[in-house]
Amino acid sequence: MTIELKDVTFSHSEVPEKTVLDIPHWSVEAGQHLFVHGPSGSGKTTLLNLLSGLSACRQGEISILGERLDRMSSRQRDRFRANHIGYVFQRFNLIPYLSAIENIELARSFSSTPHGRAAQADARSLLESLQVASDDWLRPCSGLSMGQQQRVAIARALINHPEILIADEPTSSLDQQNRDNFLSVLMSLVAEENMTLLFVSHDLALSSHFGRVEGLGDISRTGR
Amino acid sequence: MFLRIAFKSLMNRKGSVIMTLLAIAVAIFVLLGIEHIRKQARDSFASTVSGVDLIVGARTGSLNLLLYSVFRVGAPTANIGWDTFQKISNDKDVAWAIPISLGDSHEGYRVLGTSTDYFEHFSYGNKRELSFAEGQAFSGTYDVVLGAQVAQTLQYELGRQIILAHGIVSTSFSLHDGKPFTVVGILEPTGTPVDQTVHVKLEGIEAIHAGPQPGASAPSFGQALARPVEPNLSPKSITAALVGLKSRMVTFRVQRQLNTYAGEPLLAILPGVALSELWQMVGMFENVLRLISGLVLVAAVLGLGAVLLASVRERNHEINLLRVLGAPPYYLFLLMELEAVLICLSGMLLGMLSLYLGLLAVEEALFTHFGLYLNPTLFTTEGLIIMLLVLAAALLAAAIPSMRVYAQAKGYNEG
Repeated sequence: MTIELKDVTFSHSEVPEKTVLDIPHWSVEAGQHLFVHGPSGSGKTTLLNLLSGLSACRQGEISILGERLDRMSSRQRDRFRANHIGYVFQRFNLIPYLSAIENIELARSFSSTPHGRAAQADARSLLESLQVASDDWLRPCSGLSMGQQQRVAIARALINHPEILIADEPTSSLDQQNRDNFLSVLMSLVAEENMTLLFVSHDLALSSHFGRVEGLGDISRTGR
Repeated sequence: MFLRIAFKSLMNRKGSVIMTLLAIAVAIFVLLGIEHIRKQARDSFASTVSGVDLIVGARTGSLNLLLYSVFRVGAPTANIGWDTFQKISNDKDVAWAIPISLGDSHEGYRVLGTSTDYFEHFSYGNKRELSFAEGQAFSGTYDVVLGAQVAQTLQYELGRQIILAHGIVSTSFSLHDGKPFTVVGILEPTGTPVDQTVHVKLEGIEAIHAGPQPGASAPSFGQALARPVEPNLSPKSITAALVGLKSRMVTFRVQRQLNTYAGEPLLAILPGVALSELWQMVGMFENVLRLISGLVLVAAVLGLGAVLLASVRERNHEINLLRVLGAPPYYLFLLMELEAVLICLSGMLLGMLSLYLGLLAVEEALFTHFGLYLNPTLFTTEGLIIMLLVLAAALLAAAIPSMRVYAQAKGYNEG
């Protein structure tokens, strides 16, 4: 199993009496492309934060790639995330004053993968495969279109060759054409790299691209 | 990458960063400038005279006597008689005595009437003796020895003939133009008022004030050169005397004897003690300046903290993104601190550069008008300590926004 959760409950420290997630058991196999849907505020992002180790699991077991995330320290989870998990958001995927190359290299700098020239060569090759024009590689990302920014975000998420890719509503701010382009590029790269994909969205129309579709209510008792 | 992010992040907020940087540069300029000038002024004054045990002049304030006799600042109130000077120099406890006669000038530079003992016994800095860059000490009545600055500024060379003026203004109408002097020596630079002094024999001072007075019809240079040395040019009075004693043990006794001298009212001072009085007087002023510059610095550093704090809110997404990429909370803390260090170091560099250029610009004027030799080199231990303190203050001021970023990054883990 790539992802396995057992008896996980989670509530925010500000509102401890309200349980946001209550997952008796849930797992994802290696190489699966999973689409998770649910209404806004249902706990989708919280689930992703737990899976990526951004939020600490205080109750239950979370195993990712055979490693117990709930037993790791904050620093260990940061390192684990940098090495094994790629992340694409809806917006604000890039640091606006850095160039595309720098944004991609930045993700490499927190991982155990070699940095420096190798990182730059990998970044260039990824941008090429994502069809980002070379003129835009060294420009500050704030000057790129939203579609281009999302492509750079994919490149950044893939630079460390992660086993898991998490995409949190990545197409919400794209128009129809850019959304289709984005999905087609994403799915082909994920297949190429044989990654496990966890795609979260409220837009059920996208679910046809995925082999497994689940509502958050199927995963957590709180979402029912 | 860490440094690059910090640098580019600052460049992304140029406006507020430049204003903060300028505030720090101004604070550094004021703080270092005051400290540097204060220290250099003290060093400069302290090194102006060395090995002189007593300064003797007509009765006046001790500071006034020190200032006009050594630093050529201010004007003497009265003279002391030549016979009194001779008695002093013949005293059994006195090793040497240098007569000083002031009151004339050349192109704004003070003329000092003295004897050859001046070149033999006067010392400056750490007991460094005067030495000649060119020529030698005066021997004739109309010989003149120039300080290094005078020769350099006026581009005078040996053999040049010059005219002295009565009084100390550069545009005196009262020229002793009937009595030209010939440059026979140029001193090596000393970094003291000696460099801006025109030295002549006491007899020369007597000679130009004897006979036809300034303004009378002037003989030609040829006539002047052909003129025999006037008889009986021994001085009648001098402005002050610098005295070296055979033993330091007798300093206070000789001082007391001179201060109670019955022949005429005299004042004998110890240069070190008079200098201490001077520093005591200016000490309060220095402290006020230090306080003001300290407050300017506090304001600048608080401004730095405020700019960074304001940036935290607008960088929420950036902070979250860095966390997702694997940046630990301490990385974000250090990133904020690094930005503060970069602003602070750039401000320091700009402040120091401006101060250096400023000192270079006023160096000449301060030396010419106040006899104050300022070394524009700012790399001193005190300067380094000030820099480190400023840096520490900047780090402290940045600690609040840095802690806020750290707490925000940690917040993720708490859920």
